[in-house]
Amino acid sequence: MAKLTIGELDKLRQQLQAERIVREGKARAQITVHMGTCGIAAGARKIMTALLNEIEKQNVRDVLVTTSACAGMCSREPMATVQLPQQPPVKYVDLTEEKIVRILNDHALKGKVVREYALAVGSERVG
Amino acid sequence: MPYRLHLMVCAGTGCVSNHSLELRNALAAEIAKQGLDKEVEIVTTGCNGFCGVGPIMLVLPDGIFYQQVGVKDVPLFVQEHLLKGRPVKKLMFTPPQVQEPVPKMCDIPFFGKQMLIALRNRGMIDPENIEESIARGGYQSLARVLTSMTPSQVIEEIKASGLRGRGGGGFPTGIKWETCVKAHSPDGVRYLVCNADEGDPGAFMDRSIIEGDPHSVIEGMIIGAFAIGAHQGYIYVRHEYPLALRRFIIALEQAREYGLLGKDILGTGFDFDIEIHRGAGAFVCGESTALMASIEGRPGEPRAKYVHTVEVGLHNKPTVLNNVETWANVPVIIERGAKWFASIGTEHSKGTKVFSLAGCVNNTGLVEVPMGITLRELIFDIGGGIADNGKFKAVQTGGPSGGFIPESLLELPVDYEKLYEAGSMMGSGGIVVMDEASCMVDVARYFVDFLTTESCGKCVPCREGLKATLDILTRICDGRGTEEDLATLEELSTTIVEASLCALGGSAPNPVLTSLRYFRDEYQVHIRDRKCPAAVCRALITFTIDPVKCTGCHLCVKACPTEAALGEPKQPHRIVQEKCIKCGVCYDVCKFDAVIRK
Repeated sequence: MAKLTIGELDKLRQQLQAERIVREGKARAQITVHMGTCGIAAGARKIMTALLNEIEKQNVRDVLVTTSACAGMCSREPMATVQLPQQPPVKYVDLTEEKIVRILNDHALKGKVVREYALAVGSERVG
Repeated sequence: MPYRLHLMVCAGTGCVSNHSLELRNALAAEIAKQGLDKEVEIVTTGCNGFCGVGPIMLVLPDGIFYQQVGVKDVPLFVQEHLLKGRPVKKLMFTPPQVQEPVPKMCDIPFFGKQMLIALRNRGMIDPENIEESIARGGYQSLARVLTSMTPSQVIEEIKASGLRGRGGGGFPTGIKWETCVKAHSPDGVRYLVCNADEGDPGAFMDRSIIEGDPHSVIEGMIIGAFAIGAHQGYIYVRHEYPLALRRFIIALEQAREYGLLGKDILGTGFDFDIEIHRGAGAFVCGESTALMASIEGRPGEPRAKYVHTVEVGLHNKPTVLNNVETWANVPVIIERGAKWFASIGTEHSKGTKVFSLAGCVNNTGLVEVPMGITLRELIFDIGGGIADNGKFKAVQTGGPSGGFIPESLLELPVDYEKLYEAGSMMGSGGIVVMDEASCMVDVARYFVDFLTTESCGKCVPCREGLKATLDILTRICDGRGTEEDLATLEELSTTIVEASLCALGGSAPNPVLTSLRYFRDEYQVHIRDRKCPAAVCRALITFTIDPVKCTGCHLCVKACPTEAALGEPKQPHRIVQEKCIKCGVCYDVCKFDAVIRK
């Protein structure tokens, strides 16, 4: 590494911070892929891989991807829940690899809920 | 692919001794085996502070806190939390007096009540990678100082912040720097020193800062060097801190590589470099003049302090010496401003302080809290109260020469002046909590023993006086004390304080003076009745077996080293007093509380 100037230090910091948004928890959206036994049996792992691949392809650095157990509606798996800050979570059902990519692009990145894939807005406990 | 999960595995000395590096390796292997290595990043960090429950692992961004994680837990953890997204309850922490485990670190009182300034990057970065530090703002304050502040502006900012030396002296840092600048140096040379010779037994505040975020200290030092016009600095690391030493060496090399240390820092033309000097095991070398003597290659002995080291210090040049924690605060004060810093704490003690909570508390570890918090909050809220349902007896603040503070003073706010008025001191931040099972005479004796050994020997009152004090305390613990001894102890103590050259002697009698002030009755029971109320002093206690509780299990007989415990299996046992050496092993092994220790 060559010695930095003031300007280079600034740029380096911004670049490094951008790579660590997820670690610091300051994301713009959180996508939870449900991976209970039903989910995994229905192919949730493929959904997860497709999602992560798309994230890598687009170099998205500020979307949290988490997993959770069964969401409760096993017949509609694979399922995913998308939550943006200050907004109620949206549950998506009957997912395929194409659908999760569209959900990432439209909902997580552009803020537009993909109505045709959604089951419901909100959750049992909230709103 | 950006990682979706970060496993922050603690690699501070405590957790490393507890095999956290093996844990890290097991995690890496299992994660690779499950094909998750592109999604999950493992980062080894410095000390998290909650060393009593290590090895510690924090999962980000969720903030889930896992404790006592072993290699055997790895498959379950990876399966449940990483693959299925179900945090593992059995690895979480359950605070004392609470029924359910608490998943998130910020919800655990031990952590949630802290305010991190010196420890701002705790558990969040890999200390062996400078880029992790830079990502979290490292060297940003330095850049600002070098481009848009003058040395005197920096000094004014530190003065206005009210920052005081965190090593124990509590001297206003800004004034120290200003005095150094005003001092005359014939060739213009000034030096800067970082005191990393943290010698108080049980104190590990500085060690954690160094092991977790060495760049915070280095950056503080470079800013200080700019402020006082120094071009050479030294870090004096105690011999007993090999990991801290290693992390400093790596950090300094990386800082030089990135142009943040050495010649022409960040292209601004300012030169400053740092050399590491390793201590050799002497407590007294934490004293600033002894430390400087040690760097110069002379024996570590303090010298007269009316000649200030800011005027005549290392190699007889004006020198600023500050403690690790003090340096770590500097970049934050520059970043957020003196006014912000001064808004935290009390009127005369600004900012936060890192304390090491040790002794009979449930939550032992390292905490950073605003000055002014009461001792009660520190011990009972953050510390989780007295361990094993014991009863609070005393707390020693400030290290081995700190005074003992009784229950009646628990509302005392932690503040330089208030602790001093009570007969104790802030010191470097060591807090040792004692319960009813501690004998105050014995504890005083223990600390005087330590200080007697560590005295450099130069001053007669310290060298001879502490030894005499130790002899008297030992006699009292042996049941051979006399009424005159208390007056002698007080006279010795005040003489040692007044006539010692340095703060070792100057504060060594504190344990004696405060225990006499607040626990005099305990001394009197030892002297007059030849008894130890806390059942600690071996010469004054007896071990007997309660025939009602004893089940005749024979465990004590097997454990007893002198065949003093006797009995037929299944019959009540007894102890032959003439053979008993009061070692207490029978008391420790008995499962039926049948051994009476009085």
